[in-house]
Amino acid sequence: MNRVGRWTIQFKNRPGIAAAATNAGPKEGQGPYGQYFDQVRNDYMRGKLSAEAAERLFMQEACEEALSAANLKAEQVDLFVAGDLLNQIVTANFVARTLQIPFIGVYNACATFSDALLVAAMAIDGGYAANALVAVSSHYQTAERQFRYPIEMNIQHKETCQYTVTGAAAAILQKAGPGPGPGPGPGPGPGPKITHITVGRVVDYGLKDPNDMGAAMAPAAADTFLRHLDDLRRTPADYDLVLTGDLAAFGKKLFKELIKEAGISLGNKHEDAGAAIFSPTQKVKAGGSGAACAPLVLLGYVLKEMQKGRFERVLAVLTGALFSPLSYQQGESIPCIAHAIVLER
Amino acid sequence: MDKAAQEAQKRYQEKVKRLEPRPRIARDLFRAFLTGGILSIIGQGFFDAFSRIEPSEGEAVAATLAAMIFLGALLTALGVYDEIAEFAGAGAAVPITGFANTVVAAAMDFRREGFILGLGCKMFLIAGPILVWGTVAGFFAGLLKIAVLSLLR
Amino acid sequence: MIYLIAFLVGGAICVLAQLAYDYTKYTPAHVLVGLTVIGAALEGFGLYKPLLNVAGGGALVPVTGFGASITRGVVQEASRLGWEGLFTGVFEIVGLGLATAIILGVLLSILAKPKD
Repeated sequence: MNRVGRWTIQFKNRPGIAAAATNAGPKEGQGPYGQYFDQVRNDYMRGKLSAEAAERLFMQEACEEALSAANLKAEQVDLFVAGDLLNQIVTANFVARTLQIPFIGVYNACATFSDALLVAAMAIDGGYAANALVAVSSHYQTAERQFRYPIEMNIQHKETCQYTVTGAAAAILQKAGPGPGPGPGPGPGPGPKITHITVGRVVDYGLKDPNDMGAAMAPAAADTFLRHLDDLRRTPADYDLVLTGDLAAFGKKLFKELIKEAGISLGNKHEDAGAAIFSPTQKVKAGGSGAACAPLVLLGYVLKEMQKGRFERVLAVLTGALFSPLSYQQGESIPCIAHAIVLER
Repeated sequence: MDKAAQEAQKRYQEKVKRLEPRPRIARDLFRAFLTGGILSIIGQGFFDAFSRIEPSEGEAVAATLAAMIFLGALLTALGVYDEIAEFAGAGAAVPITGFANTVVAAAMDFRREGFILGLGCKMFLIAGPILVWGTVAGFFAGLLKIAVLSLLR
Repeated sequence: MIYLIAFLVGGAICVLAQLAYDYTKYTPAHVLVGLTVIGAALEGFGLYKPLLNVAGGGALVPVTGFGASITRGVVQEASRLGWEGLFTGVFEIVGLGLATAIILGVLLSILAKPKD
C-alpha cells in the first residue's frame, strides 16, 4: 500500500470482492435494478416488533449470505467492518454482537460503505487480515423516525426530497495479490479488485436545506472525483462507469455542472445510484438515499455486470451528508463527504 | 475561510437556486384549496348537526372540533392521511384533522419505545408547538380583550 | 349557501399556508403555529367571531379556528369566573377535542401500525 498523488491510496495486493450479497426492501425490488438483488423482501417490518429490529435482520441476512457465498464461517473471518445510519450505528453493533468477528464500526452517513471498504482493504493490503466482511444497511422507517417525522404524518415532500432505501449489502474481501488477472487467495477466488481509494475531505458549500441533500453533496462528490483524476493522472476515458452515491436527480445535474466547470464531461458513463435505484413512477421525488442505496447498486448491478465483462474498471464515488437533526435545527449548514473507490475486474 | 472559497460558495448557492426544480405552485394551490375546502364543508356539516343538539354555540364549536379530530385520527390509523397530505399539502395540514394526524401518527410511531417513554413523551412531538403557542396567544389575547372590556364598562 | 362560503374560506386559508410552504423557507410547523396565533389574536380583537358567523366550518376547521377557540374560551370563562377563568378557560372549548386526540392516539396506537 502506498500513496499516489496527494489524496489517493494505492493497494499493492489488491483486495478483491470474493462474494457479495444484496438484500433489498419491497420498493427497491420493484425498481429498475430489482432483478439484480439477491433477495427482495416484500415487507418493511419483517415480522419484527420494531423497524429497527427489521433493519438488523436485513443486515444479518446479508452478512450470512455473503459468508455462505464465499464458503466461509464467521469464525474464519478476520475482520468485520460495518455501519448504518442509526444513532451509535446500533444496527452494525448488534449484528457484530451476533457474528462474533473482531469488529470496527464506521460512519459517514450515506458514504458509510466506502469507509467500510477502505478500512477492510487497508487491513488486507497491509497483511493484518486475510479476509474481511463489510456490511451496511438503511431502512426507510428507521431513518424517517430518527431524522424526520412519524411515518403516518402529513407531509408534502418537496421535489428535491429523497426516499431512504430499505435494505442491506454485504461483501467478503480477500487478498488477490499483485499483478493483473485473478489472484491466488483462498475461497472461490476474488472477483473485482479494489485498486485505489481516494479519501475525500469534508466539503460544505453552506447549503442548509435538509430536504435537498443532493445539492449539498454534489460539491463533495465533484471535489473527490476531480482530485482522484488528478492524483492518478487519469481521465474519464480510463473508466467504463462512474457511479456516484446518492445525489439523486437534482444533485446529479449539479455534479455534472461542477465537473463541467473543470472541463470534464462523463456523458453516458455516469450513473447515480440515488437517481437510478427507483423509477420516476414510484413516487419518490428526486430518488433514493441512505447507507444501503449506493451499495445495493454497486454490489447488485455494477458487480454483476463487471463479472459478465460489461465493465472493466469502475469508479464509485460514494457521498454522505454529515449532519444531524440537531445541527440543522440550530441553523448549521450541511457538511458533506465523498470517497472514491476504483474497482477493476 | 479565504475570499476565493467564499466566492465559490456563493456562486454555487446561486447556481442551486437557479437550477432547483420549482414547486408547481398553481397545482399545489389548487389542491390545497380543494382539500381544505372539502374538509371545511364536512366541518360545517358537523357544526349544523351539533348546533341542533348542543345548548350553546360554544359547545357546538367544541363538539365540531372534536368530531373533526376524530375523523383525522381515524384516517391516520387507516394509513390514508399521509397520502392525502402528499396530494394536498397545506390543505391537509392546516385543518384541525391535520393536528389530530400529527398526534396519532406520533403515538403510533413511538409506541414501540414503550407507553411511558415512547408514546407518552412523544405524542405531542409535532403538535406540541401548536398547543404551546396557541395557549400563550389565546391567554394574552383573552387577557387583552377582558382588560379592554372592563375598561369600557 | 353557508356550505359554499365554508368551502371558499377554508380553502383560502389553506392556500395562504401553501403559499408560505412554497415561497418561504419556513417549515410546516412554523406556518401552523403562525396561523394558530393569528386566529387567537383575531378573536382577541373581536374579528374572528364575525368570520365564524359568515363562514362557519370554513373558519372553524383550519387551525386558526383552534387558536380563536382558545381565546374565546379564555374570555368566556374570565367573564364568568374572574381571573381564574384566564387559565381554566384555555381548554374550555378545545379541551374536548384535545382529550379526544389523546384518547384516540393511545387507542389507535394499539390497534394500528404505521404502514409504508
